[in-house]
Amino acid sequence: MSASVESSGATGAAPVGQPVAAVGTSRGRLVARRFLRNWRALLGLTVIVLLFALAYLGPLVNRWGYDELDYSAFLTAPSADHWFGTTQVGADVFAQTMRGLQKSLVIGLLVGFISTGLAAVVGAAAGYFGGWVDRALMWLVDLLLVLPSFLIIAILSPGFRGRTWLVFVVLLAAFGWMITARIVRGMTLSLREREFVKAARFMGVPPWKIIFRHIVPNMSSLLIIDATITVGSAILAETGLSFFGFGVQPPDVSLGSLIAAGTDSALTYPWLFGFSAGFLVLAVLSVNLVGDGLRDALDSGSQRGTGGAR
Amino acid sequence: MVRFLARRLVNYVALCLIATFLAYSLAALTFDPLANFAERTPPPPAAVIEAKRAELRLDEPVPERFAGWLGDVVRGDFGTTVTGVPISDQLFSRIGVSLRLFLVGTVLGVAAGVVVGVASAVRQYRFSDHVATFLSFLVLSMPVFVLAQLLKFGGLQLNEAAGTTILYFQGEVTPSFQGSALAELLDRLQHLVLPTLAIALGQIAYYSRYQRSAMLDVLGSDFLRTAQAKGLTRRRALFTHGLRTALIPMATLFAFGFGLLVTGGVFTERIFGWFGMGDWLVYGVQQQDTNIVAIVTLFIAVLVLISGWLSDVLYAALDPRIRIR
Repeated sequence: MSASVESSGATGAAPVGQPVAAVGTSRGRLVARRFLRNWRALLGLTVIVLLFALAYLGPLVNRWGYDELDYSAFLTAPSADHWFGTTQVGADVFAQTMRGLQKSLVIGLLVGFISTGLAAVVGAAAGYFGGWVDRALMWLVDLLLVLPSFLIIAILSPGFRGRTWLVFVVLLAAFGWMITARIVRGMTLSLREREFVKAARFMGVPPWKIIFRHIVPNMSSLLIIDATITVGSAILAETGLSFFGFGVQPPDVSLGSLIAAGTDSALTYPWLFGFSAGFLVLAVLSVNLVGDGLRDALDSGSQRGTGGAR
Repeated sequence: MVRFLARRLVNYVALCLIATFLAYSLAALTFDPLANFAERTPPPPAAVIEAKRAELRLDEPVPERFAGWLGDVVRGDFGTTVTGVPISDQLFSRIGVSLRLFLVGTVLGVAAGVVVGVASAVRQYRFSDHVATFLSFLVLSMPVFVLAQLLKFGGLQLNEAAGTTILYFQGEVTPSFQGSALAELLDRLQHLVLPTLAIALGQIAYYSRYQRSAMLDVLGSDFLRTAQAKGLTRRRALFTHGLRTALIPMATLFAFGFGLLVTGGVFTERIFGWFGMGDWLVYGVQQQDTNIVAIVTLFIAVLVLISGWLSDVLYAALDPRIRIR
């Protein structure tokens, strides 16, 4: 352990030793270098890019649309004509899977970024201002946490049937930020008492500037892990709700509704279940790998460092 | 400290009521329970629909309906479903089914998660850490309904390999089971294994990731080096000083990992055919039945309340700064 502490300590000290003007760029370069050295994170990033490309370019190459039915092929196994096979009513599984992948990826990214941003602002404001702001915001957080988001969105689902899926995105983001906000608040409470924050305050820096310049950046590793975890969990939440028919509504499809349709015959007609489930797991796994890689790259204090710690 | 905990408890009870009110109003405003009823073939006469509307009190304002419902619940009357079946017929057996799943899942998930996380952090970048990290990544990337399907598949393979039914994956007990109490317990256990795994694996992965990260932060800290410098063995320093500090963020997570568990429970119950509260929720939303949704919400709110309060107790027990305040 002592070896890893020394080497990571050396990493942390490296930017400090350089001229002040160069600190910004050198940290960015350091982070990029550490990230690029992490093969798992790179793999994850590559897979995400490939999935996006596949999801948007695949349908252009494929002969079948996601809402077209081939009346000459019911429940056929994957073949040259239908790459991933067909369903009970003759829909092309490849076209449907690509369409579902598009939906799930876009929804996941949007929800992840919106809700983590919301969590950082709410949590830091509650922790920094304290008093009634803190009490009101945390009360709201507690309230939303007592009701799992799954439950609220499920209840609301008959209401947004027939509307655009963006309503669904807003709902997922609006009910996905609470846990992070609580953790952010806890960290803000201790950061608020640190010397550099006090110094900034006594020098007359306005509160919001302190929050965005001193408090939020000091939690960046947490926020970045969390943003990626949220992208992943948003995809999972979306597919979960769609699984029960509470999310993306037919005739549109998401990976969740596809899996739901294939789950009963997963053992006899594996292509109905396997492709959508496989792409779903692959997408979420890649997002999580990228998050972990970013964490190692950003967190110079305790982690991998310059590679001295293996 | 007692005052801190008492204040939190009062706060949670108020939250619980408001949360239930919120869910009840949302459900009452969104749902149209008569839509399914009116579409029956042959269509019921208008007078019957009107009678049903009056019976379900659909024309009254929502706060009044909620007050009436809450008053009845306090007196032990949970109302009926849209189709007229009393809620209390199924309520308690469903609560039992769900609690069994949740309790075993939580205990297994927290305990194993903390152990795996600490072990990973202490042996960072060793082989065991890589394996644990990879597995937890895989599980966290997998929705419960895919994991459950894979577990079913695994169970099927195991049964075929053994030539007999070791694990069941439908229901929580063999229907009309005959036999001694011990045999019934065994039968229930055989039904319990796969659903519990489906729910606990996610919990283990979730807690172990955070525990590893919290423990790593502690491992690099000055106070741990000081503890070792003053002569404690590494093991002693890790467990008495390190682990305790690293558990503090877990206390907060615990309350809200529970929400994850409840959501996972809905899928698990649905997929393994357990008639629990989660299964009922999905049924209630599909039937647009406010009474079912409200009672499930109340149940979930009470559970989250208990786990939230437990997490406060843990927090106070672990962090002396909270107790003094």
